[in-house]
Parts: sequence; structure tokens; C-alpha cells
Amino acid sequence: MVVPAGYYLLLAAALFSIGVVGVLMRRNIIVMFMCIELMLNSVNLTLVTFSRINGNLEGQVLSFFVMVVAAAEVTVGLALIVNLFRLKASTDADDVDSLRS
Amino acid sequence: MVGVLAQAAVNEPSNAEFFVFIVIGAISLGSALCVVVLRNAVHGALMLVVNFFTIAVFYAVMEAQFLATVQVIVYAGAIMVLFLFVIMLLGVDSEQDLRANPAIPAQRPAAAVLGLVLFAALAISVAGPYLQRSSACPSTEAAAAATDAAASTSCVGLAAANEQGNTQGVGALLFGEYVWPFEVTSVLLVIAALGAMVLGRKDEPPEDLVDVHVEADPIGAYRADASEEV
Repeated sequence: MVVPAGYYLLLAAALFSIGVVGVLMRRNIIVMFMCIELMLNSVNLTLVTFSRINGNLEGQVLSFFVMVVAAAEVTVGLALIVNLFRLKASTDADDVDSLRS
Repeated sequence: MVGVLAQAAVNEPSNAEFFVFIVIGAISLGSALCVVVLRNAVHGALMLVVNFFTIAVFYAVMEAQFLATVQVIVYAGAIMVLFLFVIMLLGVDSEQDLRANPAIPAQRPAAAVLGLVLFAALAISVAGPYLQRSSACPSTEAAAAATDAAASTSCVGLAAANEQGNTQGVGALLFGEYVWPFEVTSVLLVIAALGAMVLGRKDEPPEDLVDVHVEADPIGAYRADASEEV
């Protein structure tokens, strides 16, 4: 009853796929954004697993940087969503089609 | 089932990781699916909090205690508060009907098929080489005794790297070798905060905050009201 490191990688792959499917399926911008967070987290899990496999901490440092960039991305992204809601009164991605000719 | 697993974990310490992996992994997958499936965005956000906590548990199991703490503070704390705040700000009644017709026909089956293909590709390419029993990571006690020559797919474990403590090790790397990227991320955070402030600002002067048609001296008006009541 041991846990090979690949199990964690499988779980991270499953979480990433769920995030991708969510972005493709849902049309609520906020839910799509949450699915992007899901994908970032699964990649962090992969990085930490490989850090353990290789026996050094650089994967964890990179994971830390991913977290910082994700925080910055969430701040700006949510501000953009609020602005978009002021403009369109909707959080549906299909309503944002101003560039469609 | 859970009782059997718990008993096995008590009997042999290496089973504990397996037990944690099965239970927390199931919760993690289920909450991730709920984020995608649930119609109400608030429920999705709460399920995302559950998912972040399970990932923090995985970090703690995988000898990354510092990242587990940061995960709880930054993701489950700060980022999810921001998400819930924006959802509440924009109105919680904007539920999306999942059964409404998508703009592209057959979007949902195509997305599901693409997700399965992606999962298969990731499972084969990334996780595939590490699925043997020999790829199991040694626990901290076992790693001290282990001397076996490593195959390319075996797991080294972090016992040596975490000898001084995980936080100390990450800190030494962060402020030693990676101090320049660290400073760049601090600049990035300042830029992001400024950007959010600029984007969240209203352009028009705040006339709606001050009613210009009412005469000045609101305190005097308040006094007049108060004296009337008395």
C-alpha cells in the first residue's frame, strides 16, 4: 500500500483536465476564472511532486512564484470583470462580442 | 471501508500516506467537478475553497509545509475572499442555466472529449513513468536508511533537502539564488495593485455622493430635525 509519485501526477492531470473542461463548457466569466485557478493549482501540485521526486526545493520555489503571479492575475482579472459588468450588465462570456463584425 | 483503511494506517505507518491520498484525493476530485457543474457561482466558489484546502493537505503530505501554509493563507484566504466579494458585488441571482443552448453547437460534448484526450495525454506523458511501486517516495525515516541506487524514475524524497526545515530551505533558495525573480515579483504585485485601483475607479466625478441641490450646512439641518422631534 505505497503511493507512487505518479498517483499525485495523475490526480494533478485530472484536476487540470477538469479545469480545461470547465473553461470550455461554462459561459459565466467568474466560473471560467475559477477554473483557471483550478488549473494553476494542479500545476503547482505537479511542481511540488517533481520537487519531491528530484529531492530539491527549486520546484517549491517555482510553485511559490506561480502563487504570487496568480494573486496578481486574480486582482487585475476581477477588476476587469467588474468593469465588464458595468459595461454590459452581464457576466456571460457570449455577451462580450463587440469585436464581432 | 474508511475504518479498514484507518486500521491499516495504524498498523503500518507507510499506509498512512495511502489512506490520506485516497480520502483527500476523492474530496479534491469531487469538489473540482462541483466547481464546473454547479450552477450557482457562490456554491462553485465554496467548492473551490474545499479544493484549495485539499491541495494544501497534499502539500503537507509531500513535505512542503511552507507551501501548505501559503496555500491556505493566499488561496483559501485572500483570493477566495476576493472571488466571493466580486460575486456578491455583481449579484448572486445571476445563475447560469447549464441547459441553455450554447453559442457553438456540440460545444459541451466536444469539450468533454477534449478534456478526456488531454487527461489521457497528460497521464501517459507526465505520470506514466512514475507509476511503478519503485517510484514511491520514501518517508523521512526510511530515507535516512535508504541507500539503494536510484533508477531514473524513482523518488528521491525531500528528507535531505528539508534537513534544516522546509521553510528554511525554501527561504535560503528564495533569498539566495532566486532573489532577483523575487524582487521582480514584488514589482509585479505593486503594478497589479495599481492596475486594479485604476480599473476599479469611476471616471465621472462623484456627484452622486454629494447632493449638490441641498443647501449646505447638513449639521444645521440635522439639528433642526432633532429639535422638531423633541
